[in-house]
Parts: sequence; structure tokens; C-alpha cells
Amino acid sequence: MAGLTIDQVSKRFGDYDALSNVSIDVADGEFLAVLGPSGCGKTTLLRMVAGFEKVTDGRIVIGGQTMSSAEHSLPPEKRKVGIVFQNYALWPHMTVAENVGYSLKVAKVGRAERDRRVAEALSLVNLNSYGDRRPANLSGGQRQRVALARCLVSAPSLVLFDEPLANLDVHLRAAMEDEFADFHKRTGTTIVYITHDQAEAMALADRIAVMDKGKLAQLAPPRELYREPANEMVASFISQGIILPADVLTAAEAGHCRVRVLGQEVVVRCRPNERPRTGAKLCCRSPELEAVGPNEDGIAVAIKRVVYQGGRARVELSPVARPDLNLHIEQADPVTLEAGVEARVRIKTGWLIPEAGSAA
Amino acid sequence: MAVSISRVRDTSDFQVPAPVKRGLPSERILTGLVISIVVILSILPMLRLVQEILAPGGRLSIAAVEAGLSNPATWTATLNSLVVGFGGTILAVLFGTAVAILVSLTDVRGRSAFVLCFVTPLMIAPQVTALAWLQLFGPASPLLKLLGIAPPLGTRNPLYSAQGIILLLAVQYGPLVFLMVRAGLRKLPRELVEAGLAGGAGRWTVLRTIVLPLMTPSIIGASALVFVSCVGNFGIPAFLGIPANYLVLPTLIYQRLAGAGPSVLSEVAFLSLLIGAIAMAGIVAQDIISRRRDYRISTTSLPVEPFELGRYRPLAETIMWLIVCAILVLPLLGLFLTSLVPGYGIPLNLKTATLSNYSFVLFDHAAAKSAFLNSSVLSVTAAVFAVLVAVPLGYFIAWRMTWWTKILNLTVELPYALPGVVLAIAALLLFLKPIPVINLQIYNTVWIILYAYLARFMVLALRPTVSGFHQIDRSLEEAAQVAGAGFMMRLRTIIFPLIAPVAVAGGLLIFMTALSELTVSALLWSSGSETIGVVIFSFEQGGDSSYAAAISMMTVALTFLLMLASNFLAPHLPNGVLPWRD
Repeated sequence: MAGLTIDQVSKRFGDYDALSNVSIDVADGEFLAVLGPSGCGKTTLLRMVAGFEKVTDGRIVIGGQTMSSAEHSLPPEKRKVGIVFQNYALWPHMTVAENVGYSLKVAKVGRAERDRRVAEALSLVNLNSYGDRRPANLSGGQRQRVALARCLVSAPSLVLFDEPLANLDVHLRAAMEDEFADFHKRTGTTIVYITHDQAEAMALADRIAVMDKGKLAQLAPPRELYREPANEMVASFISQGIILPADVLTAAEAGHCRVRVLGQEVVVRCRPNERPRTGAKLCCRSPELEAVGPNEDGIAVAIKRVVYQGGRARVELSPVARPDLNLHIEQADPVTLEAGVEARVRIKTGWLIPEAGSAA
Repeated sequence: MAVSISRVRDTSDFQVPAPVKRGLPSERILTGLVISIVVILSILPMLRLVQEILAPGGRLSIAAVEAGLSNPATWTATLNSLVVGFGGTILAVLFGTAVAILVSLTDVRGRSAFVLCFVTPLMIAPQVTALAWLQLFGPASPLLKLLGIAPPLGTRNPLYSAQGIILLLAVQYGPLVFLMVRAGLRKLPRELVEAGLAGGAGRWTVLRTIVLPLMTPSIIGASALVFVSCVGNFGIPAFLGIPANYLVLPTLIYQRLAGAGPSVLSEVAFLSLLIGAIAMAGIVAQDIISRRRDYRISTTSLPVEPFELGRYRPLAETIMWLIVCAILVLPLLGLFLTSLVPGYGIPLNLKTATLSNYSFVLFDHAAAKSAFLNSSVLSVTAAVFAVLVAVPLGYFIAWRMTWWTKILNLTVELPYALPGVVLAIAALLLFLKPIPVINLQIYNTVWIILYAYLARFMVLALRPTVSGFHQIDRSLEEAAQVAGAGFMMRLRTIIFPLIAPVAVAGGLLIFMTALSELTVSALLWSSGSETIGVVIFSFEQGGDSSYAAAISMMTVALTFLLMLASNFLAPHLPNGVLPWRD
């Protein structure tokens, strides 16, 4: 077992900064998801941890041993990490058992011992009788399980998952998610899991590192990421948060403060060090907005689009005073709102996004 | 970020790792080895050639250039080279493109069989093609005699002319154009054609305004390749031009060297550079033309739905098979019949037909006997060596994209892109004197031919190997790396097994090409190191067409057998590696 420390790591390709100054500490046995839009640098990060890419700056430490630094990089074959690849990367010219046993053969483990451990690994992923098959004769989910068995046969201290579910269809994903969670619980291995799927990350991870344009945007448990995003990027990226301009009117007290947003005064959640300021940003989730009657307290909005989603509708709207802002709420059946009309919406509460550069 | 507690704890239950082994990793040794091989095979001969022209004997001088320029024979041969080069290219492009369109865009039947037959001339050595056609049309033609329409003995064979050379170049390289245009047509998305039809254009209009313009890159690329092949071709102008005293640059070089020996090396080096320059001009022109307009096809989609020919279909199919008859069946029949004739001009019938020509070249003629051995050993060695080098070389080129791998790739292409005569002269210059330091003399031995074959044909194994690597998922290697396998282990257990079918197919192409190769060996052979190509050539020059035909028939038969055998590899190969597989 081993923890992973990514210490101020940067990666430049030519004059393009793929990663700048990323620091992440993964505790022993932790399940960390790295989440971000494509091109955010998450795959580069994984490839550097695995040793396929060298770091331009910074250090990568696995289990107390420095694996990568600007001066020295231990090749992947000496790092003893496991990887589950997006496309499984099973060797087509070997049987399932040969695929799984490859790393043991490389390590010159004896025949009998090897067979025993291969059988053990295959039974862990419920593929006991598949040893003699060729990867080409397996379904997508079975291939993914072989990849998992191949990875765990050598009992690596750190396992990297590179978007392992991206190539599977939806119902298979849920089953494999369970399998991964189970695998983590059983082995207690440290896991770094790369994905662009928020639901997957939230379902599996102890903590999520959100990456954006080569930088670490926020590193937090899933709940905190949703409720207390550290910046605008995370706020809007996670579950499509609504960002609204606000002025802070009072200092924080017991984790709340009073703000003025779109002419309405609201008490919102905030960090304890907030002081009154202007030009702040508020993050609202759609359940934190509600449609109100014409004479009630609220903001006048114009409804732009109503998308019925079965049992409820997603209603997209803009404040009449600020047509450049986009808000959305959900309305359960019976859906009464329709596109083109005006309505009133009240902001119940929200999260005050901390000022850029302020300490946590 | 602070040092985590977990990290401190980890150190205790994690062994202190052994220091990383220093010294040369196997990967670096192999990289060095592969690069040195490329330098020795590709860069060294070219440098030597340039040196000979600019500074023969180590001193800067343009005497060789002046001598070459002032000789009228140079100009005649250059002009002739351009005439057959352009003539052959135009004819081959028209022929190949028309057939490609017929086969790819219409609903003719028996396509695979036709493609196999149509592409076969490409696999037959040019001098064998030339010999076969000569036997078909000459006054001694057994076929014409059988039909009773042979011209009287002493009549000049109509193929001994510039037109004859151009015709045979088109037959030889038409299939090359066919393959490239057909590959292009297969990538043509059907929507582009259907959009044209939906817009109200007729079939011919669509062909003229949409299909052909989009095929421009394929056609231009094929033209450049065929032009280079035509100006560099030695076999066809040697068999058809020398008797008519119609000399092109490669045959002029051959005659000068055969007549005066190594003393004229500087002069022929200039001539060979002249061919090289003409060939390069063709490639550069292609590059300029294809940059002028954007022909890129952005979408990928299903190929175009074949156009129904309706009642014209039987006609189209008849034409197709008549073409096969004309370019493959009849010449080979002519060759076969000649190989059965007991002597020049003797009419062939069941009584006179004999296999003695075969037994003579197989068992009695010393040079022919040794030629079979030499050519077999040369082509097997060249094929095996090329495959062994192509796998690591292709690996670096395809999967380790850096600035030097691109240069490496271009470098390997060079000896094949340039006409074979150029390489042969370069090899002569390089090895005329014993190799310094080890004092080894390979001039006048079979080794100099092997060197030239390795340099020239390496790319035939490299190209399919590189495209094979591009089709293999790189993560297959990375998975092995993560499993702890070092470079040599990965090469042996993962990379080689995955790439082997493609590399072996490349090796097969080399074997087939090298077996009856003539251009290079005609300039490099010596007594005892004859090749099959050389022996066919000398028999024909000495008037022993029947012996030449017998040997040619055997090489053609072997080529067919290998093409058949290659079918076993086919399921493991990406499209287009075996040109005759549709």
C-alpha cells in the first residue's frame, strides 16, 4: 500500500503548458477521482504518475519514493503501479490467462505459483472459466474485468484508472461502477481514477480533484464540491451551477452572510472570513430557486425555453433586467410555465464563491 | 501542500528501492544500431555520390560535370528519358485511372479476380514483361506462327522503338496508378456523389465535376510515382531500346560502364545524378501541384454505391477480361511458348516442343545455375534482414515521433525513391576500393549486390510495418510496460508478435522484387555473382530467347506461388499491404 504525492508538478509541451503547478496528496488507501473537461490535463497527469511522460517541474512521490522529478524519472516498468486503460489494452495474441499472468511471467514467478495467482485474480472478477479464451471472444464488460484482473494480479500499491467506463454502454457502466467500488473496498488499494463523468466521480470517490486548463481548480469531497465550490469554474462545471453577480452586505456570521443579488436581499452560505464587498459571485443550484406568484417577492424573469423531461420540466429563463444571465429551474408536473411569458422567481439561498486568491 | 502523514507512514513499510541500474539500457543500444544501419545504407552512398561529382579524388572540380554536359550522347539520352518518362506516365495514368473507375464505381462482377490479374504485371520484373511482349510480337513469335500470322523472319520487331517502350511502361505501371486511384475512390464518401445526383447532375457530370476533381491528389501522387519509375526503369529500355540504339539515361550508363569499366565512374556518376534530379523534379512538381487547391475529404462514410451499368454490363466485363488477356495472358503465353521452342525460328508444334531449355538452364549452364543460388540467397537475406530492422525502426518512427524519426523515415525512402541506377553507381563508388580499417574488398563479389538490395528494398518492409504500428493501439505496449516488462521483453513478447504478419508480408514483397531484380545487379554483377535478372538479360542479348524465356517462366511461376501462399497471411494484415488483394 502506498500514498501518492504530486508536488507542484508542471508539464510543458513546447510552449504549451499542459499542467502548471499541480499539487495533490492522495492518502494511503484513498479513492481519488480526477475530473475535468477534455483537454484539462487529467490524462497528462495520469501518464506522468505512470511514468509515460516526464515532469517538467516538481516531484511525484509514490509510497515515499520519488518517482519523477525534473532531473530523474523512473521508467514505468519499475514503478509497480497498475493501470486500467480506457480501451482495456488486452493483448490480442494471448489468452485471458496469459494476459493476466504476464506481469508474473516478467517477474519470473514460478509456473505453479503463477497459475494459482492467475486463477485467484480471475475468480475475483468472476471469470474463473475464461482463462483459455481470447480477448476477441469477450464482451466489453468481460474485457474490462480481465483488465482489472491483470492489474490486480501483481497486487500493485497504486492503481490508475484511465476513463475505464468511457467505452461501455450505460447499463454496463452502473454494474462496473459497483465492481470498482467493491474492488476498492476489498483491496484497500490507493486509486486514482480519471474521468470526465461527474456522476461517476461522485459515486466512487472519497475526494475529487477538479482540473481546468492544466490547473487544479479544487480538491474536495464530492459533497463539498457541490455545496461549496471554490471558484466560478467548479461552480458552473459541477451540476451546471448558476452564477449570479452579488454584493456582500454583511460579514460572515455562523457561516452565513447577507447579499444583494439581482435587487433581492438573500441570506447565503459563505466562508467564515467573508467581509462586505462588491462584485462578488453567487452560486445557486436550481433547487435553490423557486417560481413564485406574480405579487410575491422575487425577480421578474422571461422564460426562454421549457424542456419536458418526464415528470418534470427544465425551465430556462433570464432576468428581465439582465437578459445576458442564464438561469434554470425545475418544475414538477403539472408544468405551468411556458416559453415566451414572464414570471417571477425567488432565490432562496446559495453559496458565496470566495474571492479569488483568498485562503480556504 | 503539506507533506501528508500517510507518506511518512508509508516509508516504513516500503523497502528502500535498489538504485536504478546505470549503464547502457538495451533500448539505447538498439536505437544506436538501427540509426547506424540507416546511415550506412542510405546516407553514406548518397554522400559518396555527391562527393564524386563535386570533388572527385578529394579535390573540388567540375570537370566531370563539364565532360558530361559537353557530350551529345548525354543530351540525346536525357531527351529520350524525358520522352519515355512523360509518355509512359501519361499512358499509365489514363489507363490505370480508367480501369480504377470502371472497377470501383460500377457494378461489374468478378472484381477480386480481376484486380488480382490486373495487378500481377506489377509483381513481374520489367525485363520479364519486356521479354514476354517481345516474344509475342517478333517474327519468331511461336504464338503468331501457330496462328500463321507471323511477319517474315528478319522483320524488325515493332516493339524495338520509343513507342514500344512507352507502351510497356504503361502496362507495367498502369496497375500502380490503378491501386492508388482505387484506394482514393474507396475513401470517397457516398454523400458527395449523392448530393451531386440529388442536385440534378447526370452520372457523367458527377464523374467529371465531383469524382475526378476529388481524385486529383491520388492521380497526381500516382503520376509522380510512375514518372520516377519510368525514368528509372532499366529492364524495359534495355530489352527494347538497346537493339534500336534508342538509349535512355539508365541504359547509357550501363553501356558506358560495360564498355569502359570503372574508369568512367565519375562521368556516369554525373549521369546518374541527372536521372536523380529528373526524378526529384517529378516529386517536387507533384508537391507544388497538390498544394494549389484543397481536395481534402473531411468526412468518413460508406463508399459510393456502385453505378448500375444495366445492359452495358456484359460489354464492360468483356472489356475488362480482354485487358487481362492483353496485358497478362497473351504475353505470358508468348513467353511460355518461346520457352518450349528448341531453337530460334523453329516452328512450334507438339513434336518440336521441348523442355530441354528448362533442363539446360537448371542443370547445364554454370552461370544460370549459380544465378539461381545467388538470387535466392540474396533475396532471402535481404528480406529477413529488412524485416528484422523494420520492426524496431518502424517502432521508433511510428511510436516515438520526434524530429529525428521523421528524418530517419525520409532517409530510408531515398534509395527506393531514386532510380536504382543511382544507388548502384553510389555503391560502386563506395566499394571500388577496399573498405578502410577492416580492409575488406566487396567490389566484384555478391556482397556489393546484397548491400545495394538492403539499401534499396528496406523501405518495402518499413512502409507496411509503420502503417501496421499506426493501427496497433499504443496502450498495448504501455500495459506491458506497467506490468514491469523492459524494452527487449516488450519487443519480444508484445511488439514483435503483433507486428509480425505485416512485417513478414513486407519481407515477402522484398523477396519477390529482389528475386528477378535487374537494374542494380546489371551494374554490380561480376563473374560468379550473376543474378537471375542478369542471366535473363545476357541470354536475350546473345539471342538465346528460349533460355531467357525458360528462366523467366520459372520466376513468374514462383511469383504466382508466393502470391498464393501470401493468402495465409492476409487475414492478419491491414488493407493494402498485399497489393494484389482486393
